[in-house]
Amino acid sequence: MNYETVIGLEVHAQLKTKSKIFCGCPTDFGASPNEQVCPICLGMPGMLPVLNSKVVEFGVRCGIALNCKIAKHTKFDRKNYFYPDLPKAYQISQLDQPICQQGYLNIGERRVGITRAHLEEDAGKLVHAGAAGLHGSDYSLVDFNRSGIPLLEIVSEPDLRSPEEARQYLTELRNILRYLDVCDGNLEEGSFRCDANVSIREQGSDKLGTKVEIKNMNSFRAVQRAIQSEIDRQTEAVKKGERIVQETRLWNEASQSTFPMRSKEEAHDYRYLPEPDLVPLELDPAWIKQIESTMPELPDARRQRYMADAGLSFDDAYVLVETKELSDFYDQTLKLGANPKGAANLLLGATIAYLKEAKKTISETSLTAKNLKEIVDNLTSGLLNNTTAKQILTDILSGSKIVDVNELIKSKGLAQVSDEGEIAKIVDEVLEKNPSQLADYRSGKTKLRQFFFGETMKATKGKANPQVINKLLDEKLGPATTNVQ
Amino acid sequence: MSKSLLGKTISELQNILEKKEASATEIAQAHLKHIEDTEKKIAAFNTITADLALKQAKATDDKIAKKEPLLPLSGIPLAVKDNICLDGYPTTCSSKMLENFSPPYQATVTQRLSAAGATIIGKTNLDEFAMGSSTENSAFKITRNPWNTERVPGGSSGGSAASTASGTSVISLGSDTGGSIRQPASFCGIVGMKPTYGTVSRFGLVAFSSSLDQIGSFARSVKDVAITLDVMGGHDPLDATSYNQKLPGFASELEKPIKGLRIGLIKELIGVGIDDDVRDAVLKAVETYKALGAQIKEISMPNLRHALPVYYLICTADASTNLARFDGVRYGHRAAGVEDLLSMYFKTRQEGFGPEVKRRIMLGTYALSSGYYDAYYKKAQKVRRIIKNDFDEQFKELDLLLTPTSPSVAFAVGSKTEDPLSMYLSDIATIPANLAGIPGISIPCGRGKDNLPIGLQLLGPALKDAVVLQAAYAFEQATEFHKQLAEVVTHA
Repeated sequence: MNYETVIGLEVHAQLKTKSKIFCGCPTDFGASPNEQVCPICLGMPGMLPVLNSKVVEFGVRCGIALNCKIAKHTKFDRKNYFYPDLPKAYQISQLDQPICQQGYLNIGERRVGITRAHLEEDAGKLVHAGAAGLHGSDYSLVDFNRSGIPLLEIVSEPDLRSPEEARQYLTELRNILRYLDVCDGNLEEGSFRCDANVSIREQGSDKLGTKVEIKNMNSFRAVQRAIQSEIDRQTEAVKKGERIVQETRLWNEASQSTFPMRSKEEAHDYRYLPEPDLVPLELDPAWIKQIESTMPELPDARRQRYMADAGLSFDDAYVLVETKELSDFYDQTLKLGANPKGAANLLLGATIAYLKEAKKTISETSLTAKNLKEIVDNLTSGLLNNTTAKQILTDILSGSKIVDVNELIKSKGLAQVSDEGEIAKIVDEVLEKNPSQLADYRSGKTKLRQFFFGETMKATKGKANPQVINKLLDEKLGPATTNVQ
Repeated sequence: MSKSLLGKTISELQNILEKKEASATEIAQAHLKHIEDTEKKIAAFNTITADLALKQAKATDDKIAKKEPLLPLSGIPLAVKDNICLDGYPTTCSSKMLENFSPPYQATVTQRLSAAGATIIGKTNLDEFAMGSSTENSAFKITRNPWNTERVPGGSSGGSAASTASGTSVISLGSDTGGSIRQPASFCGIVGMKPTYGTVSRFGLVAFSSSLDQIGSFARSVKDVAITLDVMGGHDPLDATSYNQKLPGFASELEKPIKGLRIGLIKELIGVGIDDDVRDAVLKAVETYKALGAQIKEISMPNLRHALPVYYLICTADASTNLARFDGVRYGHRAAGVEDLLSMYFKTRQEGFGPEVKRRIMLGTYALSSGYYDAYYKKAQKVRRIIKNDFDEQFKELDLLLTPTSPSVAFAVGSKTEDPLSMYLSDIATIPANLAGIPGISIPCGRGKDNLPIGLQLLGPALKDAVVLQAAYAFEQATEFHKQLAEVVTHA
């Protein structure tokens, strides 16, 4: 029997507002423990939440980007449970009137439904001594810096069918949030967290199987592996005739497998009730319109533009758009009037290779859009060839100063030599120095033409205009029988 | 000297200050001395903030020396219910849970009242976390009624009411969730007002039931209550439920005539279950209002019979979540000798909370539990809406409603502690105002059994606090009840 996988994802995205959702504390990552706290986010007696309007704006922005219906009336609710990282012993969240509902997101040709997205506050963080978790530890400490950081919980429909699709969905979602500039999307720092609901069913069935929730996945790779491992576990169990139990399982990176969470920890009755300290929110349609009018271009639209206007392939457009910064840089270069394909080639080739190697982002290098445009221009005019262009580009990327491309070409003497007389002298020297190869060539080993081309290039340190070399070799060796260069 | 400084109103004391007959420091000292003399008998205070009082009084005296004009509350001794945060001083809620807790922050009301020149003399006893009607649910002490120390002062703001009635403060702060200001005002023979929900910031008030809690004040005159509301009312950006609009000047509008005012007498709150002495006094008050030119109409609000159960579903549900934060992790009581997280929670809360608080947390937890929410909490909210609509409907035709504040005069200490339901019933007339969010005031209107004070309650439409105060003031001017002070003041 064949089984189909059904996956739904719940993403908690930290919204990067300057202050927390219900108080004025800063939200910067990496502060010392309990440095960014106040009586409100510590849940002290008598303290009241006041909603940060920026959080609502960010939520609406996300909702628009995810093609959601934005609620006209929305409210907050208390989700009650005891845990030491939850200072009020309830989380202010949204139960039945989320700010966004019924949206979707495209991954390639597939449309993935977004059930809802709602605003809530993050909890603090526990640090355990002597054990991996609270259970069995000698003592545990709480850091409340994260308490009250705004979150948008984005819940997908169970529309995903494979771990690879799950990865694509997460990549695209994260990319959208980054384009909106509302979330860092950093899984390691916890600003983008993902839980997966996984079930299997007979191929062709429209009934959902019993779902298992998987938590504790700290990278896209972990998400993929955890889901795969869960699919394998469920398939094996079903094949043995066992029933799948609805439960929460934790991904263990070390053992590369999931294991059930202690049932005591998940036996919650959240006893939701409407948050009486906050008034229900009426969202003004004019305000939503205003946000709509200031939406940035999103990844999907940008890809379409690169393909239609710049003539890039889907793959090239996809890679360029994947990093907003790089894509923004490319756009700046285009604005300066650079040849779109030429600029894309240099970014997708040498630039990405360098950034990966150096573990940098493009803004951390000295390369400017003007630099890139000038390199492309010089390639087109013939002053640079591919080799020297790449050399100049890499020099600028690895350098620490903003430089002028034309001056760099001059100072490095990398301008392409097209002077026939000068190159002819070198070709003559090459032929003279290699009499045996010349003899072989003349006796029919025409492939050696490439050797002479290479030697000439080498002697000019790559600066000779290849077309001129070819022309001279044609003259001096007779017509080419193979196409070199 | 000190004797003549007790039992005064705000304007009387400010006159004394202006004429330099006494300094703010002398006023503070006189009241602190009076606390010393009476506290053993009355037990109104959890903390006496003598150092703060003298510091604030000195600041007032310095200003007077510099010929600066007096502020609205310059030199006025103020007592603060011990569930309202006072920066750097214990805020215990009369609970073991917070016995050693001093907030490092200030409630909006204490900040505003201090800024207006008030002299804060202490934190007053209450039913633990404001849950109760007699102040007997305090973990620390039983406050006594200044008129008769065998009687309760009412609750939950019993300490504040007893303090103002016994002359240890001129004004005091209470919080009113179901009558916790008006009922003790009635029992202690003073004025107590719960303003419209949202007119006074709750920031810094330790929450019991967030949509019902309202800070208000006690005084021995309507005018002093109005002056206090002028100072502490108004929008607070720190409380999202506070009204974002300018309030009228309550004290300046007090003398507006009430001729032609249409007042409704709620039939259901004057009949069965109301003691005869109370009914008689209230009906006499009705005659007074008629004489003042008001039109009285008897009306029926049958849905008020649902107010008590609705109230006890909503306030216990709210309490179960509001009091969940007292978990021993960050502040307050933490049980010793626990084995793990769960036992820390259990033991801490078992030791920290008293029986009434536990009862309400359990009731509320039950009402919110999966499968019961719709039948209890949600239904209660619906009925609450109906009751609110009934008031809206009445106020289309009427300016005010009139009821007794409490079905009886102050009951004896210990007489109802074993019977929570009968205790709950003593709030039957006050609870509806909290459910509807409307303003209510209790003013003295006579004497009943054992010469104990009786309170008259006036209710008005939301944001018509000024009308409530005007009607209360007119009654006060026409009667002598407010001039009668307990012996503990007159014999000081």
